[in-house]
Amino acid sequence: MLFVAQLVNALQLGSIYALIALGYSMVYGIIKLLNFAHGDVIMVGGYIAIFSLAAGMHPAVAIILVIVGCTALAIIMEKLAYTPLRNAPRISVLITAIGISILLQNLAQLFFGARPRPLHIPFPTGSISIGEITLAYPMLITIGSAILSMLMLNYIVHRTKLGKAMRAVSEDTDAARLMGINVNSVITFTFALGAALAGIGAVLYFVRLPVVAPTAGAMLGLKAFIAAVFGGIGSIPGAMLGGFAIGILEVIVNASGFSRWTDGAVFLVLIIILLVRPAGLVGKPTIEKV
Amino acid sequence: MLKVTDINVYYGNIHAIKGVSFDVHQGEIVTLIGANGAGKSTILKAVSGLLRSKTGSISFLDSDIGAATAHNIVRRGLVQVPEGRRIFLKMSVQQNLEMGNYIHHRSVMNEKLEDIFTRFPRLKERRKQLGGTLSGGEQQMLAIGRAMMTSPQLLMLDEPSMGLAPLLVEQIFDIITELNASGVTVLLVEQNARMALSVAHRGYVLETGRIVASAPADELLEDEAVRRAYLGG
Ligand SMILES: Nc1ncnc2c1ncn2[C@@H]1O[C@H](COP(=O)(O)OP(=O)(O)OP(=O)(O)O)[C@@H](O)[C@H]1O
Ligand SMILES: [Mg+2]
Repeated sequence: MLFVAQLVNALQLGSIYALIALGYSMVYGIIKLLNFAHGDVIMVGGYIAIFSLAAGMHPAVAIILVIVGCTALAIIMEKLAYTPLRNAPRISVLITAIGISILLQNLAQLFFGARPRPLHIPFPTGSISIGEITLAYPMLITIGSAILSMLMLNYIVHRTKLGKAMRAVSEDTDAARLMGINVNSVITFTFALGAALAGIGAVLYFVRLPVVAPTAGAMLGLKAFIAAVFGGIGSIPGAMLGGFAIGILEVIVNASGFSRWTDGAVFLVLIIILLVRPAGLVGKPTIEKV
Repeated sequence: MLKVTDINVYYGNIHAIKGVSFDVHQGEIVTLIGANGAGKSTILKAVSGLLRSKTGSISFLDSDIGAATAHNIVRRGLVQVPEGRRIFLKMSVQQNLEMGNYIHHRSVMNEKLEDIFTRFPRLKERRKQLGGTLSGGEQQMLAIGRAMMTSPQLLMLDEPSMGLAPLLVEQIFDIITELNASGVTVLLVEQNARMALSVAHRGYVLETGRIVASAPADELLEDEAVRRAYLGG
């Protein structure tokens, strides 16, 4: 019984990692950039939630604001910082991403202080019991909304015109241009999509861990990044798989009484995967023919 | 239809294209021949908007496209089949062709697909297969088919015969001639000068970034210097 409860717990955490990992993976897939500022978008989402709830907004409105705010922030970042670097060496873009991450954390500290602030997002409380198993609503809602978001993402990527353009750009940017695809808008769209998922992830994350600090997104982002690498960076199913895998791993380590080693275990996974299978779980050598 | 005037293209400090001018008239097949590294691909990339010329002008259908973005140039009816085909290896044949219809509405797609499939029955047989699993010749057909899906007025091909067996080269050139007969103007870049000149109306000879000769294709085929340099005597 404890096992089932722990499994659901792991899936809840995994859902959050997966949602965030998707943003890393999609952006990497399209411009080969490790967007280290992605985690900090979640932190900003946390503050948006704090202030909109404090302003007396309906929780549903606040949640939508978080998602919209994260998306808008990512679009602004992309336009201001990454678009001008479109033809720059990849290392310059990477350094810029790290710079934005530091900038966002410091701005948050400047405006909101370093002290962690409580964030209580009103969420359905209570639980359902099946036999001896008790499942809290927030857990089920988290898993449910993550799955729903991923189904929607899957639909967008495989069925819509922009989604197909995303896949084309990620495979061969110049060939995509020669099909009449506006690569810049596709890149912006990818950032926006990743950030919207991160916004949903932010809400679900702060429901689970109700404090916001300027560094709140850093460790979370790093773990989601590891999840993306674990699954195979650039791959959408890989990011989902990696997210759930890291969630399960953390819960196993915690449940075995090694909770102080949780973070260490996740980093160990990164080291092992980079040594053993750098392409990740679902990454495979690409078929090429000249 | 296409008028390129005095373009200069650089890769950093490398001056790859040095004051090149040429034009293509409606209905023609024009070929640009030259050895490895002469600058043929660079010229096509500049015309397509993938690279910028520092000087001069490029005009297509009487409007200046020298500063236009690559995706807008495709929308104007000028498409390129790039060197090495560059099809989407992880997409199926059908999906590759659908990408060609990106700039058009879905409703016009099926008709064009049918047309492509009649021209290339091989692609129809393999429509569900991944691009990466096709043979070189099939990939070239797919690349041409995908470009035709954009409904171009001017089709530019960068070394379509590269790496293909003689029989397939023959087939590809037949296709180019047929497409031209059906109303598509063609700018053909080739190292295989004999083949290219045999289907083209006019030709330009490119040497290290400069055009050194231009004449009707049959004259170039007879030209002593061209024969020695490009046609093996
Ligand atoms: N990305 C690049 N960076 C630097 N120099 C380049 C680049 N691409 C091409 N060049 C140089 O520009 C010149 C022209 O190259 P280009 O590819 O246009 O030749 P080409 O005629 O198409 O040759 P090929 O027949 O081998 O395809 C060559 O000297 C080449 O080395
Ligand atoms: Mg070339």
